[in-house]
Amino acid sequence: MTDTTAAAPHHSWFHRNRQTITPWLFLLPGILFFTLYVVYPIIQSISLSFYKWDGLGEATYVGTANYERLASDRAFTVSLFNNMKWLLLYLLAIPAGLFIALFLNQTVRGIRIYKSLFFFPFVISQVVVGLVFTWFYDPNFGLLNGILGAVGLGPINVLGDPALATYGIIAAGLWPQTAYCMILYLTGLNAVDPEQIEAARLDGAKGWRMLWHIIVPQLKPATFIAFVVTIIGALRSFDLISIMTNGGPFGSTRVLSFYMFEKALSEYGFRMGYGAAIAVVLFFIMLFFIAYFLWSMYQDEKGR
Amino acid sequence: MFPTPLERTSRSWQIGYQSLLPVAVIAWLLPLLAVAMFSVKPSSDFTGGDYWSWPSRFAGFENYGRVFTDSPMPRYILNSFMITIPTVIGAVALSCMTGFALGVYRFRFNLVVFFLFIAGNFVPFQILMIPVRDLTIDAGLYNTKLGLVLFHIAFQTGFCTLFMRNFIRALPFELIEAARVEGITEFQIFWHIVLPLMKPAIAALSVLIFTFIWNDYFWAVVLTQGPQAQPVTAGITSFNAQFGVAYHMLSAGSIVAALPPVLMFFLMQRHFIAGLTLGAVK
Repeated sequence: MTDTTAAAPHHSWFHRNRQTITPWLFLLPGILFFTLYVVYPIIQSISLSFYKWDGLGEATYVGTANYERLASDRAFTVSLFNNMKWLLLYLLAIPAGLFIALFLNQTVRGIRIYKSLFFFPFVISQVVVGLVFTWFYDPNFGLLNGILGAVGLGPINVLGDPALATYGIIAAGLWPQTAYCMILYLTGLNAVDPEQIEAARLDGAKGWRMLWHIIVPQLKPATFIAFVVTIIGALRSFDLISIMTNGGPFGSTRVLSFYMFEKALSEYGFRMGYGAAIAVVLFFIMLFFIAYFLWSMYQDEKGR
Repeated sequence: MFPTPLERTSRSWQIGYQSLLPVAVIAWLLPLLAVAMFSVKPSSDFTGGDYWSWPSRFAGFENYGRVFTDSPMPRYILNSFMITIPTVIGAVALSCMTGFALGVYRFRFNLVVFFLFIAGNFVPFQILMIPVRDLTIDAGLYNTKLGLVLFHIAFQTGFCTLFMRNFIRALPFELIEAARVEGITEFQIFWHIVLPLMKPAIAALSVLIFTFIWNDYFWAVVLTQGPQAQPVTAGITSFNAQFGVAYHMLSAGSIVAALPPVLMFFLMQRHFIAGLTLGAVK
């Protein structure tokens, strides 16, 4: 510890390597947290799916028994099938959002307020959306049956009918999701090149042709994000199901995320290994999409 | 502009459009307007089986008053704030650093680390549920606000890093180069040059994370139980159990639970939308 080292830090090891070390110092807290709470738990869950565990005692290794059981578990098949319904129908939020965005893309007095009000459902928690729609569908006093009654139809008990309940919940989920896609497209429409539109107008393009050939291609970045958030939203569906039907009637509205929660933390004893196996299946479905998203982003990064 | 600007269309469509707007917005918000009307009806309206007529008198003050005096709702709301605000601070702080590291420096594994954060952010919650619950129990943090906050910070760091890194990439890099030539340390570059430029991103991200965390339900159910730690999204179910079929109270309770993010949105709208639509335009 001489004065020279303190006075001449410019030659220290740290200083010579600062461009290499600094980023890792800045990354360290984030990576630590993320590894502890996200990366490592994924590995733990995958490993747990090969065990039988009640959450308290010793876990026993059972090989692929949990996965073999899944194949013959009807509740699992129903959940998986419902996930597919969610995935497909949730995508309707994208064209619906584009449609509303086109409707609102004007500059009239007060349009900003209208845009905010259309976006509003996205800000409310899914729990409240679930409650609002449960009452909307209520067979006794729900607004839906009030409207149906006024035109001489109904009454229908949407959430009490196993054939309808899942669609009723998806419709409730589409409400905020459409609002989200709408705001993405409104931003996208703002950036559409006006010169191209004018040029196309001079060439006689209008209406659908203009939309499809000139506008939609320019909205590609917005569409990509809308697609990502809608897929993720569809596979994350849990809150609405838990609030609106709690998986019923007769388990007809379960999806994998809900069924996993039910199995792992059910009141009839915890079945952690089996729950983990369900989660792993859901994870691999998601991984397929994540891989696609990352691949698209990678193409983008290379192009810069 | 597409569609054709209104000024350039026929007079009849202009009038049609202007009158269609309010109708459309009312139809869009109909389920919510119904709940808002329920929440200001007196209970006598419901006992008479009269759900859909106009409120016989305005009972908003007593209904909303009772939400705050006759239920643990204030406790849940307070919990929500005590979970949400530290999470916002923590996640934004961590991601300012990770975003800086990934946005400014070129090093091996830069893209790998970046993609790891993005991928983690998209993962289904259920794959994390059992280990995170165990971890929280082992740390003695089950059913505490801190347990929830720590997890939320960690998980949100994924999304926040994506956001911050892309924002920093768009900043003028010459500024940092110039600072290096001046001999300013890397930490000073972060603190005095990059951080001040990140203010809009910090604002946008804070509003977004506030809303995401306030509205979280799944982790609240997995990591907490009971009024001492539960946020309002989870608390509302016990509130509903308490009031049974008193629909005026249930409606008022739901609106109270939904209100803080709504206020946040209307007050900080520009930031909120800027955050949500980042990347929607190239």
